[in-house]
Amino acid sequence: MAATISYTKDHEWVRIEGDTAIMGITAYAAEQLGDVVFVELPEAGKALKKGDAGAVVESVKAASDVYSPISGEVVEVNDALDASPQTVNEAPETDGWLMKLKLADAGEVDDLMDEAAYKEFVATL
Amino acid sequence: MNQQGRPTTAEPVDARRETFTGNRALQIEEPLLFEIGRHDVSGVDVDAPQTKGNRLGARRRTTPIDLPALSEPEAMRHYVRLSQKNYAIDMGIFPLGSCTMKYNPRLNEAVARLPGLSDIHPLQPPASVQGALELIHELGRWLIEITGMHSVAMSPKAGAHGELCGMMAIKAALAAAGETRTKVLVPESAHGTNPATAAALGFTVVHVAESGDGTVAADDVRAALAEHEGEVAAIMLTNPNTCGIFEPDVVAIADAVHEAGGYFYCDGANLNAIMGKAKPGDLGVDAMHINLHKTFSTPHGGGGPGAGPVVLSERLAPFAPLPLVARDGDLYHLIEHASENGGQSFGRMTAFHGQMGMFVRAYAWMLSHGADGMKQASEDAVLNANYIRAGLEDVMSVSYPAHRAMHEALFDDRFLKESGISTLDFAKAMIDEGFHPMTVYFPLVVHGAMLIEPTESESRASLDLFVATLRDLVFAVKDGKTERFTEAPRFTPRRRLDETRAARQPVLKWTRPEPYRDAAE
Repeated sequence: MAATISYTKDHEWVRIEGDTAIMGITAYAAEQLGDVVFVELPEAGKALKKGDAGAVVESVKAASDVYSPISGEVVEVNDALDASPQTVNEAPETDGWLMKLKLADAGEVDDLMDEAAYKEFVATL
Repeated sequence: MNQQGRPTTAEPVDARRETFTGNRALQIEEPLLFEIGRHDVSGVDVDAPQTKGNRLGARRRTTPIDLPALSEPEAMRHYVRLSQKNYAIDMGIFPLGSCTMKYNPRLNEAVARLPGLSDIHPLQPPASVQGALELIHELGRWLIEITGMHSVAMSPKAGAHGELCGMMAIKAALAAAGETRTKVLVPESAHGTNPATAAALGFTVVHVAESGDGTVAADDVRAALAEHEGEVAAIMLTNPNTCGIFEPDVVAIADAVHEAGGYFYCDGANLNAIMGKAKPGDLGVDAMHINLHKTFSTPHGGGGPGAGPVVLSERLAPFAPLPLVARDGDLYHLIEHASENGGQSFGRMTAFHGQMGMFVRAYAWMLSHGADGMKQASEDAVLNANYIRAGLEDVMSVSYPAHRAMHEALFDDRFLKESGISTLDFAKAMIDEGFHPMTVYFPLVVHGAMLIEPTESESRASLDLFVATLRDLVFAVKDGKTERFTEAPRFTPRRRLDETRAARQPVLKWTRPEPYRDAAE
């Protein structure tokens, strides 16, 4: 069974696997940003609160903060993006993940949108 | 090809070989300086310096440094040819929104070249440069009068440097009062340098959303102040803002920030819209930088470093950076040490007292316009922006029609919807028409922004041609003539740049190309 993915209004996605949360930016966000040329990721061990700017995604158009959808400690970041930032454009919701967090409060996920709600939200933009 | 599928590769050399040289009449293929430079020529005839032995020891370089050498005519031709590929305010309208590319009058240049102003040194005794000091002082008095503020710091070197100066004064004032406030409110529509300045000084940026009509609502500011009670050091607000709108709530916002114990930093980049009409001091501003290269017509780049004087309220005046020019009877002197000035100055941002060449040009512009002329410059700048908006509003998408434009008109890409043409394509098509494009994708609060600022320099004929060209481009979009956009620019020496590859695989080092081989070989 595929794990459920939740979404934020700031166009981040988060997938929960056990007590780990994997997160990245949505296909809509990647499309809007245009070609990504650089991704700045946090150090492992950094504690992020929900809504904290955890990473920066820089495209030919703009540099954007990526806000953490949930609270937790960074356990792993996607180092492969250093050499190939274009993965964020090519596979934003799979290989283009940004970081893994150790969940601090599993309940926070309930405040996020599910796929249907996010699709509806994007349609209004 | 980049992600948008636009052609970016240069035409193959063969395709350009319609002529023997590869040139097309006045469009000259100019190689890099390194490619035309040699080692056996020199533009100057100077004897080798007499050195007393080798004082560098083992660190002395033994290999040639491989810099290109050219004779004087070769160097001159190289740069003139490059300059002919460029666009300039002296060639036509430069409609970059938010940049205020107004014409730089030649009178300014003539005055700036007077020997008494150009051939002086900042370390000369003040008694020998009384006229120059008087000019700095007088220019400062005019800036104080125009802005209705208490005092001025002339030394900052550019707009963003001025922002840093103003925010450092605010930080110093808070420290002097024993307060530690860590947050700065920055509206979404701010110049990008505003949050950068706040962050550079260690503040945390709190964003204030745009209220839906392109302005900042006092209620949103009050809510942010309440949420971060006792923590807000300042708000950094641009007025008129980057949507080209005068903030209707500006006084209420200033009052709210002051009541909460914070300061009001105003980004003065758009002073050119309100000069002679409204005084920032009356709006509750505590600190504001003034871009002399925008409002007061000094050159943007090229003409040397900029100047970003900062006007301050009475509360912040004691913290101004040194040196300051002061008047004592008929004599002018420099205040160089905090002890001469109350002891609260936050220090020194620059070695000397400011960018003299820019001061002279700005002062020449002020004197040649007079108070009435400067007021008319503001009125004409606003009139021209609204003339462009009125000429395009039925075919392009005005982002915030509820407010009259001030000095610039903001459009977004709704009129391009379903056409497959992006804002960038539209801007590139303007290049083929011989125009410098407007500012695109800024401000970030609207989608696919196009920000047009004509300034007061443009005649009605110039504005009419600009409007007619944009209307023709819009009709080409409607008629499906997409190649005018997706292929653009078509008539430039090089086609569209591959910004993505340039950013992902930057080539930062020049390597000597393979020797040229004649096709007959």
